[in-house]
Amino acid sequence: MKATVHVMLKNGVLDPQGEAVRHALGALGFDGVNGVRQGKVIELDLADGTTEADVNAMCEKLLANTVIESYRVEMP
Amino acid sequence: MKAAVVVFPGSNCDRDLAVAFRAAGADVQMVWHKDTDLPNDVDIVGVPGGFSFGDYLRCGAIAANSPICKAVKAHADRGGYVFGVCNGFQVLAETGMLPGALLRNAGLKYICKTVGLRIETSQSAYTEGYNAGDVIDIPIAHHDGNYFSDEATLDALEGEDRVAFRYTDNPNGSQRDIAGILSGNRRVLGMMPHPERAADVGHGGTDGQALFRAVVGQLTSA
Repeated sequence: MKATVHVMLKNGVLDPQGEAVRHALGALGFDGVNGVRQGKVIELDLADGTTEADVNAMCEKLLANTVIESYRVEMP
Repeated sequence: MKAAVVVFPGSNCDRDLAVAFRAAGADVQMVWHKDTDLPNDVDIVGVPGGFSFGDYLRCGAIAANSPICKAVKAHADRGGYVFGVCNGFQVLAETGMLPGALLRNAGLKYICKTVGLRIETSQSAYTEGYNAGDVIDIPIAHHDGNYFSDEATLDALEGEDRVAFRYTDNPNGSQRDIAGILSGNRRVLGMMPHPERAADVGHGGTDGQALFRAVVGQLTSA
């Protein structure tokens, strides 16, 4: 069973990497990119029976730092 | 007075930290990340700089969940002293022993240079050897030293006189120029700059020496 965790910096937390990507896109001639936020995607291969609550606990304890990051879990 | 310095895979300032503690008069033991206990009667635990676990996932995140960190947290919960430098500060923030988090530097670059630090409080075992308002020169060497916390936490840190150091010329985007903070009981200090790299004349500066002398002296007389 697969689960996918999306981790993003929270709104209001400056994302200098996203800003650098936005500038680079502008330099390449892609106009109209108003903002870029960069995060990460973590794919988990889980034993059957693992619950979404288990994955949320993994996020809270390790996968995301909830001081600065939000997360979203996708499970089949 | 006994100090322990934690070693993670990827730590690279562990021996520097041990040398600085020893020079100030401490009896220092190194402890490995897989150890589950600190040596008996340890007064202070140093969490060194470096790139623990390759900075995988987030700086300090894997180290914060290592067996030794449970023991370090228990030590802090008992009122023990813990001193985190650079990656060590990141680890302490990840464990929740100190509030906030360290983000990527605002300028995106790794910065290695000596910076001015203003002593914001002399009311701690670490900073009592300085006067509030003093400016000292201490090296920084980090890619993720941009201190972030929500406004309420920042206000609380300032209200409780828990900002230990501020940059005189903010190099990394840290909120309110914060370079180092204390825990509520003032016994846990986390800072991005490296006082152990300015603790011997051979380093080219000795402004960090007073920190080690103060905390070792305080714990020796205690």
